[in-house]
Amino acid sequence: MSDQTERLEKPAVTKKILLKVFGLGGAGCNAAGFASQAGFDGVDFMAANTDAQSLEACVAPAKFVLGANQTRGLGAGGDPELGRAAAEEDIEKIRSLCDGADIVFLLAGLGGGTGTGAAPVFARVAREKGALVLALVTLPFEFEGARRQLQAQSGLQQLKTHADAVICLPNQKLFKMLDENTSVLEGFKISNALLADGLCGIWRMLTQTGLINVDFADLCSVTRGRHAASFFATAEATGDKRAEQVSEKLLAHPLLDGGQVLNESDSLLVSIVGGPEMTMSEIHKLMEPLHRQCENAHIIFGAAIDPAFAGRLSVTLIASRKRQEEEPPAFKGLLADKLESMQFLDTAVQEKSTSRFGAPPPELSEEKKEQIMRGQTRASRKKLSRMQKELPLEIIFKGRFEKSDPTIRNGEDLDVPTYIRRGVPLN
Amino acid sequence: MFDSSSIIVGLEIGTSKICAVVGEINATNGLNIIGLGQARSRGVRKGEIADAALASEDVRNAIVEAEQMANAEIRSVYLGVTGNHVRGFNNHGVHPVVSADREITIEDTQDVVKNAKAINLPIDNTVVHAIRQLFQVDSQLGIQNPIGMYGAKVEVDVHVVHGHVDRLKNSIAVVRGLQLEVEEIVFTGLASALALLSNEQKELGSLVIDVGAGATEYVVYSDGIIKHTGVLAVGGDHISNDLAYGLKVPLKRAELLKIEHGGSFVDESVKGKTISSDGELGLPSKIINLEHLRRIMSLRLEETFELIETELSSLGLLDRMRAGVFICGGGARIPGIQILAGNIFQMPAFLGKTNSISGLKSALDQPEFATAIGLAKFGSLQQKRRRVVNLADGIRKTITEIFTRK
Repeated sequence: MSDQTERLEKPAVTKKILLKVFGLGGAGCNAAGFASQAGFDGVDFMAANTDAQSLEACVAPAKFVLGANQTRGLGAGGDPELGRAAAEEDIEKIRSLCDGADIVFLLAGLGGGTGTGAAPVFARVAREKGALVLALVTLPFEFEGARRQLQAQSGLQQLKTHADAVICLPNQKLFKMLDENTSVLEGFKISNALLADGLCGIWRMLTQTGLINVDFADLCSVTRGRHAASFFATAEATGDKRAEQVSEKLLAHPLLDGGQVLNESDSLLVSIVGGPEMTMSEIHKLMEPLHRQCENAHIIFGAAIDPAFAGRLSVTLIASRKRQEEEPPAFKGLLADKLESMQFLDTAVQEKSTSRFGAPPPELSEEKKEQIMRGQTRASRKKLSRMQKELPLEIIFKGRFEKSDPTIRNGEDLDVPTYIRRGVPLN
Repeated sequence: MFDSSSIIVGLEIGTSKICAVVGEINATNGLNIIGLGQARSRGVRKGEIADAALASEDVRNAIVEAEQMANAEIRSVYLGVTGNHVRGFNNHGVHPVVSADREITIEDTQDVVKNAKAINLPIDNTVVHAIRQLFQVDSQLGIQNPIGMYGAKVEVDVHVVHGHVDRLKNSIAVVRGLQLEVEEIVFTGLASALALLSNEQKELGSLVIDVGAGATEYVVYSDGIIKHTGVLAVGGDHISNDLAYGLKVPLKRAELLKIEHGGSFVDESVKGKTISSDGELGLPSKIINLEHLRRIMSLRLEETFELIETELSSLGLLDRMRAGVFICGGGARIPGIQILAGNIFQMPAFLGKTNSISGLKSALDQPEFATAIGLAKFGSLQQKRRRVVNLADGIRKTITEIFTRK
């Protein structure tokens, strides 16, 4: 991003990018508070919640109560509509807060009232003010119930239409990182810490000009149109074998389902930050296993040197999976156009404020449609081949039926015990 | 000794046992069961011959036992066949009425049945049964006998049961190897249905499920005729096998556990209970979790019934079985199986009784013997048909019979 705006506006002068982080709702405030203590320079933290009481407890440097008239500072009660209304009420305030920001990060826990309802509003306003909007959101734990999941999904859909990029952290995946004795508090703390980690990683990626630079457009090209399935993970290591260690950590990362996500993702953003002594062979060692994991994926790769990282190696990885049921192709095309124009003209960023959600998707020529369709089918075919993995050595027990004709019904071998096929556990 | 020509023998070469039933036709043209012989089967898997030598030996034992009990010499048998290769389907035949006054004649009915029997089978398959169903004259459905009626077009459905020719030959060869004649081969599911169902039940509509050791056969009767037949090569052996694997016990012990502690449901009484199967037969003692045992069994049984249910519901037959489900075969021994079937098919389910046979000793009224008894009954019906031909009275009826059934 940095070099982008620079190049566009004042090629000779280094412009400081203004980053603003908004924590929305209970989870968002906690995450923002957590991150604000991690100490990013040049980043403004802001916590906004409808619940004045919980906002009081937040450690973020700046905070304000959303929709004081609507909710009387008592919270949105898990109703996204109320959360949205509260944000709409304070829209002027939000607008003024977004003033001058180049990049706006939104941290929110989807599924509740404030985060789910207000995040899309914030995203919209921030975009209208000409900022690039990146949302980092958590999805509820499964035990929180189907209703919250549903709310989270619909909130995510809305957020996707308003934000430039959305990255999800499904809390359910945290379970793999927790042990039996982890308390609820710790669990949510880890969730917050991960959000903050992600924020930190992305912030570093965008603000530090690297040897091989990664900018916001790169980030967008990975996450765009695939938001529902964007995953991130960070890993860090020190010592002689740090390159190997980092790639090992990434491949075993629970948020990536132990590397499973990499197999299925079709674009990947890898940003490496290391000390001045980082060697080329280290980068190679790190990237090689990743390449092997996702041969067909589009990999965007960045590397930066930071003296503060002496002896350390830190990697931020964002993986995206295309889903068939994603937004209509017309919309994607429009987004792409927007981004293209953004690359060259600062005014384009301003133009953006006339906002894409108002305008209907442009008419596509037959040619273009066909092109998009073809692109899609190719992608799906590609995906299929990606799914094709090495078959595990599976000894199917058939006992006395070993040598007889298999009894196949609907593609199932009925000779294999039913409880195995249905995956019923016998503890 | 009885005159061997008057006795009828049904022979079932099953996966777990081989059963021969000897019957004779009594004065009232009914069937009396006079002998039964059985032997443990070793050469059969999933209802099909896997080891001809062993199977032949076992068949011999069963036949000898039956001969001794009936005090008769067995020369020919009605042989039951089953296996995954046996399939049933309905075929439709149409024939335009040619005579000037559009009266339907015997020739018309013959032709329409011939048309219906002209079917395309896979190249290696042969017809086991072709069972005529009801006629249709123009748009009038459900006509038993259209001769003498008027119409432009006669139609008929034929239910065809067919199987792979070589596999059918395998079991025939085993019997022939013992110098026995095979009168006819009969689909075992059909035989079980014959043994179990009364005419009324056939009329109301019933489903007969024969849960054997190697295969499960099912037959649907509705409006007095066979609507559907099928085989699923899954049975009691699969349950034992699942148990052996799931509980990590030898197959033999799994079989014993199934018989002693088996059930169709995981009910409260077994939750968290264990049994220690003692180390007889040189097997070491082991703690078995009863809940797991039941879960493995119930899952398998549920699945088997569900597969049948799905098939029947896709054919739209579920609503037409008002008498309910009748279960026979060794699987009917599993406690609660009729309740499970009732739950899955959503209709009353019973353990089948072979009550359609007159003069049957109650000792023989066991679910395992239903098939063999049904085979004997099938034989008696065939013989009765032949005998009727010879009788002077009722010639008209006979002629109709011959021509329509042929």
